[in-house]
Amino acid sequence: MATVDGPISPHIQIYKPQLTSLLSIIHRATGIVLSFGALLLGFWLLSVAAGPEFYAQVTEYINTWYGQIALLAFAFSLYYHLGNGIRHLFWDAGIGLEIETTYKSGYAVILSSVILTALSCYLASCAS
Amino acid sequence: MSLRTPLSKVKGLGSAKQGVHHWWQQRLTALALVPLSLWFVYSLITMAAADYATVVAWIRLPYVTILLIMFVVALFHHAQLGLQIVIEDYIHSEWQKFSCIILVKFLSAVGALASLLSVLNIFFGFNVS
Repeated sequence: MATVDGPISPHIQIYKPQLTSLLSIIHRATGIVLSFGALLLGFWLLSVAAGPEFYAQVTEYINTWYGQIALLAFAFSLYYHLGNGIRHLFWDAGIGLEIETTYKSGYAVILSSVILTALSCYLASCAS
Repeated sequence: MSLRTPLSKVKGLGSAKQGVHHWWQQRLTALALVPLSLWFVYSLITMAAADYATVVAWIRLPYVTILLIMFVVALFHHAQLGLQIVIEDYIHSEWQKFSCIILVKFLSAVGALASLLSVLNIFFGFNVS
C-alpha cells in the first residue's frame, strides 16, 4: 500500500488536551508497562521453579529501591488499567457514553487507582 | 445494492477475514482478568514477607495452581492482543509493523509457556523434594 507523507490524524500538535484523550493515552501506556510486568511475572515464576538459591537472588533485586519503585509502577498501572478497562467494558455495553458521565467515570478511575495503590503499599508494608 | 454473497453476509467477515474475533477475545480476557488480577495482587500483598517455602506451598495449593494457569493464559493473550492494536495504530511502515507484531506474539507465547511450565513444575514438585 502506498503511504502518504503527511500529518496523520489525530493531529496531536494542534489537539487540545482533554481528560478523555489523556486517560485513553495513559490506558495504552499502562498496558505497555503491564506487558513488561507479565514477562517479569513469568521470570518470577521461573525463579520459584528454579529453586531457593535463585529465588533468593531475585528477591534481593525486588527488595532494592529500584525494585520497589518498579513494583509501585506495576501496582499503579494495574489498578489504573483495571479501572479504566472496566470503564471501557461499560462503554462496550453502551452504558455511560454521555460526555458528563465519561468525565465523572474518568475522575473515579484516577481516584480509585491512586487510593488502591496507596492501600496496597500500606498493606504490603504491614505484612512485611 | 450489495455485491456481497449471502454466505459472506452470514459469516459476517470483513476484509480482515476474521470478523470480530480479535475484539471479542480482548473483551473476554479483560473480563476474566478483573477477578484474576485482583486475586493475584491481593495474594502477593499478603505474601510480601513470605519465605521461599511459603511461596512454593501457596503455588502448590490445587486451586492456586488452577487460578495461576488461568491468570497467565488470560494475561499473555490479553497483552498480545492489546500490543498488536498499539503497533497497528502507531507503526506505519508495513515490514516494521509486521516484524513488531510477530515479535510480540512470539514473546508472549514464550512468556506464557515459561510461566505455565514453572507453575506445573512447582505443582508436581519435580525439583522440590
